[in-house]
Amino acid sequence: MGNQMPRTVYFFATCLVDMFYPNAGLAGMALIKREGLKVIYPRNQTCCGQPAYNAGYRDEARKVAAAQLDLFPGEHPIVVPSGSCAGMMKHHYPDLFFDKPEHTKAVDVADRVWELTGFLTDVLNIKLKDLGEPLQVALHTSCSTRREMGMAHAGESLLAQLDAVEVVEQAHKAECCGFGGSFAVKQPEISNAMVRDKTEALRATEAALVVSQDSGCLMNIGGAIEHQGEGPKTQHIAEFLWERTRER
Amino acid sequence: MSGEFHDGVVKALGDDALRQHLRRAMDSLIAKRLAVFPDQDALQELRRYGMAIRGNALSKLPQLLERFEARCEENGIHVHWAETTDEANKTVFEILQSHDVKRLVKGKSMVSEEMGLNHFLEAKGIECLESDLGEFIIQLAGETPSHIVMPALHKSKQEIAELFHEKFPDIPYSDDVDELTAVARGILREKFMQADAGISGVNFLIAETGTLCLVENEGNGRMSTTVPPLHIAVTGIEKVVEELADVPPLLSLLTRSATGQPITTYFNMIKGPRQPGEKDGPQEVHLVLLDNGRSRIFADEELQATLRCIRCGACINHCPIYTRLGGHAYGTVYPGPIGSILEPQKEGLERLGELAEASTLCGACGEVCPVRIPIPKLLNRLRWEGVRRDGTGETSGQGRRRKHSESLAWKAWSSLASRPALYRIAVKSACRFRRMLPQQLGPWTHVRKAPEIAEKPLRELVEVQGLTDE
Repeated sequence: MGNQMPRTVYFFATCLVDMFYPNAGLAGMALIKREGLKVIYPRNQTCCGQPAYNAGYRDEARKVAAAQLDLFPGEHPIVVPSGSCAGMMKHHYPDLFFDKPEHTKAVDVADRVWELTGFLTDVLNIKLKDLGEPLQVALHTSCSTRREMGMAHAGESLLAQLDAVEVVEQAHKAECCGFGGSFAVKQPEISNAMVRDKTEALRATEAALVVSQDSGCLMNIGGAIEHQGEGPKTQHIAEFLWERTRER
Repeated sequence: MSGEFHDGVVKALGDDALRQHLRRAMDSLIAKRLAVFPDQDALQELRRYGMAIRGNALSKLPQLLERFEARCEENGIHVHWAETTDEANKTVFEILQSHDVKRLVKGKSMVSEEMGLNHFLEAKGIECLESDLGEFIIQLAGETPSHIVMPALHKSKQEIAELFHEKFPDIPYSDDVDELTAVARGILREKFMQADAGISGVNFLIAETGTLCLVENEGNGRMSTTVPPLHIAVTGIEKVVEELADVPPLLSLLTRSATGQPITTYFNMIKGPRQPGEKDGPQEVHLVLLDNGRSRIFADEELQATLRCIRCGACINHCPIYTRLGGHAYGTVYPGPIGSILEPQKEGLERLGELAEASTLCGACGEVCPVRIPIPKLLNRLRWEGVRRDGTGETSGQGRRRKHSESLAWKAWSSLASRPALYRIAVKSACRFRRMLPQQLGPWTHVRKAPEIAEKPLRELVEVQGLTDE
């Protein structure tokens, strides 16, 4: 793809955004459209297959992943508002379809996948104009965005562009929140201890809002904060960026 | 969930003092490592180099082991092979017996922990004294190592002071680290002089020269391997590297990754027994090379990467789960991420497959591994091995983690999520009838509110906005 500016992108919204955070999906698409690109939402998308893949059920994961491979004809980038789903498609599809007839197609899809914030900074070089009120915000960069996708810089640099937003840093910010998909259900005690520590660190920043690139982390952190009572709100970073910069 | 691991988890999580202690210890180790790798590019270069060295050695493991054995014999080191820990224990015992050994001192060795060597020998009436300070402490306490580099990491200074006071009532109580170390040193000095044999581990075996390399900080390794008349080294077959030139980069990676030291205080290169005219060194040197499942791991192209490990413990120090649990909760010889890939392969998935599931796959381990073992990828692979049914491959206990209810659920999910039209109906219905869905979701909602399903799914909203491809 190189550094050439694409004119069109596919938006793979992910199953969690579809059902739980649709506004984050709309916001992600709106941010890209505002830069003059055409955004296509392939109607037949379902899930990247990650849940089954991480549970070890590779045949089931492959069946679901295979159903996504034909949704992206041509050369347009595929933008995903989640580090872990992007990571699944970019780094695990080639392995999942190794030795399978769909391998070439899987590699082609993998090559075009971008995590949303990384796409906004590294491809679109987006410039944001903050229109919001002063606000303290903490960023929880998901582990997949940080490590698997190598895009920790993206969320930080996007928030840094917002003049009235002060980014406050939580202790152990690079540490996992304890979600881990089925891990949260299979090892609830460990997961609970991790999310308790994470929410404590986030509270200590006195941020009004926690943003993240991944719905899974948001469900975990946000769900825990709400269960505990008062605390910072949580929001997908795409929705936050769009709200702050949207001309009304 | 298996009872043993679960019990360990619950016990560890209930110990607030332990968790705070572990957090401080890990923070300090993380900071120390970071300080000795100031240049990110240089670090990544060195990691690639480390991986290449270990990968090269494994790619010709059988040949290198043969060459290594031949060089050792030339150097006067007796090499013994052991398929199982039982065989290894018996071999060590026979050597000790033939020298009429009653008392021995030990340097730190995780392979000897794997063998349960102390226990085995003590049952035969041989006194084994651990001479590494950390090992000495846990031996006094009757415990096992909780970390592969710092075995007594779980113990606070006060706990150690109380332990010493209880075991050595004649020595005045102190919780001063230097004084405690002096107490241990005083006891150990005498034991080194009295010991009939010394046992040590090995960090690297050099095929080119037939050399055993031993990395340590306290000088106890040097004492154990030079003062007694007999030295027996025990290690795993994967520790071999091709040539002498492979050692400096690996050593640098090892000490920096482990404790944030540019180099350890001692680095021993053992190339045989005492030669005529030499003033120290044992009269005999033996090496026991243990397989214990390593050949099986070696046979799998992907899982073989497990054997690249140089036992620095960086993955452990950076693991958010180890930081919550400590080493004992795992119930294995090797804890943390490396243990969670190694132990299920060594002991079988049926017994220890759960360890591969007890990870969020956050990737902190893989990011710091000095030889770039893709630990999260291997954890995922072992999860697959745990539930796959095609009967191919070498992993012990394959398919034994498969549960009928779980497999049915994934099957149903995949049928739904691979049929877009059906999936659309399901999602839209879930949104429409969201108030009727359960709000208590098992353990999830013990500490979290259930996630809220949207009024309308994104797929419905985009249709209104004309964003779809149809």
